[in-house]
Amino acid sequence: MNAISFFVASVCAAGFAIGIAAFGCGLGQGNGLKAAVEGIARNPEASGKITTTLIIGLALIESLCIYALVVALIIIYATPYASTIAALLGH
Amino acid sequence: MEEPYLYIVKLIEAISHGGFAATVAEKYPYVVYQWVVMVVLILLSFFAVKAVKMVPGKMQNIFEIVISGIENFIIGITGEEGRWLFPILATVFIYILACNLIGLVPGFTPPTADLNTTLSCALVVVVFTHIIGIKYHGMKYIKHFLGPIWWLAPLIFVIEVIGHVARAMSLSVRLFGNMRGHELVLAILFMLAGAYLAPLPIMALGIFVGIVQAFVFFILSIMYFQGAMEHAH
Repeated sequence: MNAISFFVASVCAAGFAIGIAAFGCGLGQGNGLKAAVEGIARNPEASGKITTTLIIGLALIESLCIYALVVALIIIYATPYASTIAALLGH
Repeated sequence: MEEPYLYIVKLIEAISHGGFAATVAEKYPYVVYQWVVMVVLILLSFFAVKAVKMVPGKMQNIFEIVISGIENFIIGITGEEGRWLFPILATVFIYILACNLIGLVPGFTPPTADLNTTLSCALVVVVFTHIIGIKYHGMKYIKHFLGPIWWLAPLIFVIEVIGHVARAMSLSVRLFGNMRGHELVLAILFMLAGAYLAPLPIMALGIFVGIVQAFVFFILSIMYFQGAMEHAH
């Protein structure tokens, strides 16, 4: 019973972690994209350089969200109770 | 979760009849596919180099475009002094790109969806950063870690060391998380609606993710190497 309530709490925590991380990453990436599009609209010749920098920046921001994903995976799959949960769920 | 049917692992099991190789292959499929990627890359470059001509054929043309493109890109960032770094950077880029893209073939799994693979690449890059720093600056390389003001040095040193460890962590976890997350999304969509081609857009996105992540790893390695080459300020 203890393990089940722990599992429920883990799943809730993992869901909230990804949700909040995606919220922040969405805001950040939107800001970056907005600035890049404005830059390209003002100076279309610089679009190549801007695109390269933009993609790198977006990937760096996105990695924060990916960290949250990894933490969520750890919370669900790699807890001390993981084997107990797997036995309870019949795997 | 349903395990995907991995051809090469099954092949090794069929050959070795449940011997030592089969147990290892079943336990570490990512290492098996790493070797598959390495063999493919070595064979490709072997056949490309075997018949080098003044007027290049199809194979040689492709390789020349890829190699010179990567070299020009590196030199565009680091300047002429970074030309000798081309082999390790291009190797890392092509290897990770091939590792990411091989996961799109049915029956294959991307080796980069395992933390050990990505951590090995990241450790090579981070350790090589310090080798470059020592080669270029000798003992003065320590100045990179001490900051501009001498009485703040103990604090800055700790922060810098944490920063350098975090480089290895962020490089490896970024690549691992992207590839593993992509694999998980695919697996979940296959379970929910695999019969209705629902995973197809995600697989198309997988090409983009694989290329961009390999590129990000590559360009961050260039940035780190360049940071080690320039003078402390």
